[in-house]
Amino acid sequence: MGSQRLARRRARVVRERVIELILFLAALASVFTTAGIVYILVKESVSFFQHVPIGSFLTDTQWTPLFDDAHFGIMVLLSGTLTSSAVALSIAIPLGTIIAIYLSEFAPFRLREVAKPFLELLGGVPTIIYGYFALLFVTPLLQKIYPELPGFSLLSAGIVMGIMIIPYVSSISEDAMRAVPMSLREGSYAMGATRFQTAVRVVVPAAFSGIASAYILGISRAVGETMILAVAAGMQPNLTFNPLEPAATITAYIVQVALGDLPHGSIGYQTIFAAGLTLMVFTLVCNIAGHVLRKTFRETY
Amino acid sequence: MVALMIGVLTFVALFLDMALDGFGRLSWEFFTNYPSRRAGQAGILSAWVGSTLVMLTTAFFAVPLGVAAGVYLEEYAPKNWVTDLIEINITNLAGVPSIVYGLLALGLFVYQFGLGQSILSAGLTLALLILPVVIVATREAIRSIPQAIREGSYALGATQWQTVRYHILPYSSAGILTGVIIGMARAIGETAPIITIGALTFIAFLPPAPVTAEPPFLSFEWLLSPFTVMPIQMFNWTSRPEAAFHANAAAAGFVLVIMTLAMNGLAIWLRYRLRRNLKW
Repeated sequence: MGSQRLARRRARVVRERVIELILFLAALASVFTTAGIVYILVKESVSFFQHVPIGSFLTDTQWTPLFDDAHFGIMVLLSGTLTSSAVALSIAIPLGTIIAIYLSEFAPFRLREVAKPFLELLGGVPTIIYGYFALLFVTPLLQKIYPELPGFSLLSAGIVMGIMIIPYVSSISEDAMRAVPMSLREGSYAMGATRFQTAVRVVVPAAFSGIASAYILGISRAVGETMILAVAAGMQPNLTFNPLEPAATITAYIVQVALGDLPHGSIGYQTIFAAGLTLMVFTLVCNIAGHVLRKTFRETY
Repeated sequence: MVALMIGVLTFVALFLDMALDGFGRLSWEFFTNYPSRRAGQAGILSAWVGSTLVMLTTAFFAVPLGVAAGVYLEEYAPKNWVTDLIEINITNLAGVPSIVYGLLALGLFVYQFGLGQSILSAGLTLALLILPVVIVATREAIRSIPQAIREGSYALGATQWQTVRYHILPYSSAGILTGVIIGMARAIGETAPIITIGALTFIAFLPPAPVTAEPPFLSFEWLLSPFTVMPIQMFNWTSRPEAAFHANAAAAGFVLVIMTLAMNGLAIWLRYRLRRNLKW
């Protein structure tokens, strides 16, 4: 009798351990994913950099990997990425911040209850839809104002990308501002400040770490955005910082190569991994910067 | 206030424009026709079937994996560097651009595992992509369960797994479901990673049917079949120069927007209901 009960208890303990192990392995899946990404990107990039010296990759001013006279200057693609992101952020940051301030400090309760889910809904719209808007709605509209604008441009892609990022920026900034304790606002009112002065000089600085991380999330969104640019900014590599020109970005280049039929293992195939590695490094730096910002500027009340 | 109105009005204008352009193309045939060289006869049959199958595969991998990881991190994980590593990883993965997942899938699933440009590759890719969403939702749902529930369960002699199985999971299921729906809504609109693994843009056939006449009645051949999905179909039509195809793109986009909005709306409504009814 006794030994039977003991055996049952042991079986139970073993089962508990096995289940815990299975759950642990599931949690490790995320680590494997990161390891897999780094492994694949580095592996293909290493064989790429055996053909192309890293110096010319960073300094060459031409990107023609598929031509006979091949040049691999990532600056060309990076310029497109940076220009379109700059356009997008110059729209998303001011508008997103103002919307967040309004929703957090001025809006009546009911409006806020409606606006918040609405912003979340917009965050879920597929980016290909925005690409369609950029190419077939915003570009013709801009051409009416500025007739010389080409059919593909960084400007219209950037504008739409900015609109796409607004919900992210305003949603996270609003959360940060709402977390500022009421007593700070009351103190400001007690000093005779108006609502606007309180919002701009007390709440925004107090919530700065959260707002900054919202901006950084916006930046990494803009840099990693693919479909809007592939559709509306053209796929021609072009070293330019002029948003009125068409230019390919890193992401658009990857799409262009993937749509074609490049043999596995060729140098053209490896370029997309080198481009992807550049992108990954860039967003990683952004994420770390955001983390550091949050840590340094976090004020505890 | 003005900024908010500008934002809202822009969105309304954009969606109205698309709805107006695409509405004329919406018909029964649009859903039951294959893509075609003639814009007037082109449809989205292969696209929506492909999207559905890819979503099924994604859910099959992402839900168990994400929920298990969430349960582990909330209920089992000791406080040590391994746990920290996992948590940092999840935060970071949420910020990785989706096209990088496409490159991972291209290198790993398509070539190293030899899965080819198949529904299975796409499903796995999207599963990895939405894994952080599912994990975070699971953790939040579990965290809102009061400690007293667990203590009550242990006091009755339940083991840790029994507590999780009969208390934690049932009480957090609505919250988890919300996260899963949001994740799936994101996955259904993802274009870049699927293009990167090399999905074709012109598919005029359906994958083999999952149910067959002969025993064992279930066939998994469709997992390795080439495919296309809704956003890729839309991308293809948008990048063509002819205006007639743009109308198709608008119609496909309209269907896609309705689908994602419906899914997200369901999730938000569910969360709203949950918040109101939840009283411990």
